[in-house]
Amino acid sequence: MMVDPFVITDFCIIRQNRVVKNGTTLFESGETTVAGFMTAIYRHFDISYPKFHKMDNLSKLGFLAAELLLSHRNLKERYKGDKVGVILSNAASSMDTDRNHQQSISNRLDYFPSPSVFVYTLANIVIGEICIRHGLLGESTFFIEESFNPGRMHQYVYQLLEEEVIQCCITGWVEFDSSRFEAVLYLVQKSDIHPDGIAIFEPAKMNEIYLQRT
Amino acid sequence: MEQLIAQLKHEIIEVLNLTELAPESIDENAPLFVEGLGLDSIDALELIVLLEKKYGLKFGTADEGKKILYSVRTMAEFIRNNNKG
Repeated sequence: MMVDPFVITDFCIIRQNRVVKNGTTLFESGETTVAGFMTAIYRHFDISYPKFHKMDNLSKLGFLAAELLLSHRNLKERYKGDKVGVILSNAASSMDTDRNHQQSISNRLDYFPSPSVFVYTLANIVIGEICIRHGLLGESTFFIEESFNPGRMHQYVYQLLEEEVIQCCITGWVEFDSSRFEAVLYLVQKSDIHPDGIAIFEPAKMNEIYLQRT
Repeated sequence: MEQLIAQLKHEIIEVLNLTELAPESIDENAPLFVEGLGLDSIDALELIVLLEKKYGLKFGTADEGKKILYSVRTMAEFIRNNNKG
């Protein structure tokens, strides 16, 4: 029997004021603002990373999802940094931060753009934050899609893994636009190393996890 | 001067989102960059914006900027010595 070469070993979902990892709800919050919810996650899991507070909302969301996705995995021990990829996607790109920046430059008489806001006016900065935190140096790409597209994500990540450009991948969807937010991250590894993976790495399983009620 | 230093500490925490820091834990004589608060180049730009936006002050050269942004005290001295009010 042919064995699927890659498996999803972990997944993390952050949406609707809940944090779910591998199907188990780890945290729920009654916070009424997104910013308050993300700070509550940071504090609940006792994360210590001062730069978190300087990130924009998209980066905070992706950072937290990656933090919890990898909380019981020591990737540094198993892989060289350049063998772990981060391939993410969303629909709104960095629109939330783009708006903040636009507001700071809209009045010529009060023209004080914030450098620390401006640096986040690209969606792929969230990948950079995750890579810096976890020492990852492998392939990274950020796709902008109308909606979560497991077929494209799977195809791209599968090819990178199959050609051994990378041996492990953090992939998924990190969306933030005004009060609408959602992160669904998957950790994909080789099935011969992890025969106990949660699911075969295939579009249908990615979608099944994505559609899980949280 | 001490009042200005205390005010600057609050403003630095706010503009740099150093929410885990208490103003009294900032040593006004310690270097702001690398050591001390460990600020980076983006933080430096934010401090430049703070000086311009809040105090209407600019400095001429990068060397001058390095001296002014060395510590909270050097920033306060720059503000006091160039106060337009």
